[in-house]
Amino acid sequence: MRSGLQGFRAWLLQRLTALFLVLGSLLLLVLMLCPPADNYESWKAWMEQPLTIVAIGLFSISLVLHAWVGVRDVIVDYVHPLGLRLMVLALSAVYLLGNLIWLLWILL
Amino acid sequence: MQEDSRPVFLNLFQIRLPLPGIVSLAHRVSGVLLVLAMPLVLYLLMLSLRTPDDFRSVLECLHSPLFAIVLLCVLWSFWHHLLSGIRFLLLDIDIGLGRTSSWQSALVVLVAGILAALLSLLGIML
Repeated sequence: MRSGLQGFRAWLLQRLTALFLVLGSLLLLVLMLCPPADNYESWKAWMEQPLTIVAIGLFSISLVLHAWVGVRDVIVDYVHPLGLRLMVLALSAVYLLGNLIWLLWILL
Repeated sequence: MQEDSRPVFLNLFQIRLPLPGIVSLAHRVSGVLLVLAMPLVLYLLMLSLRTPDDFRSVLECLHSPLFAIVLLCVLWSFWHHLLSGIRFLLLDIDIGLGRTSSWQSALVVLVAGILAALLSLLGIML
């Protein structure tokens, strides 16, 4: 099966996004320990700040790329008939991109 | 594709995996669970920003004992995937490759993941 994202490149993308996601997760944890908002108004205001939106956007793009490599690995391991595999891969891509677009809609 | 006549044994319940193997399997399972949990997280996020009443509903949901099981699964998936992921990244740069050290780090990651999940669940519900 050939695709644009092969072997080392996929591995590297998965690791690089992983590093970025680890940092983002640590930041997320710090925010959970010291929440920047405790009611609807302050929560909404904080979520509407450009910095918050950009940070979440970058995190999510990284997450979708990371998830795609992972999901693709799982599918390739367990779905062997070629036609079925292509369909499942396509559905997964739609699912991940759909989630990303939904998030961007929520943020903006 | 030619018929492959090599024997295959994939009964996960009969294969005795060593501890690092279990951690690795859990890493994959938690990854899949996280991907499946995406719409749920997004839905809660969307509600929390929609109206003050919806915001309150989200908080109520997060505190409800019924939702606690779902929340625990998502939290464990997050923590285990994060911690075992860090373990894998370290293994990638050749840290902890030895048999005992990899077994020990696997145990640490497994236990820490469960503890962190329980702690964060308590943190959210209280």
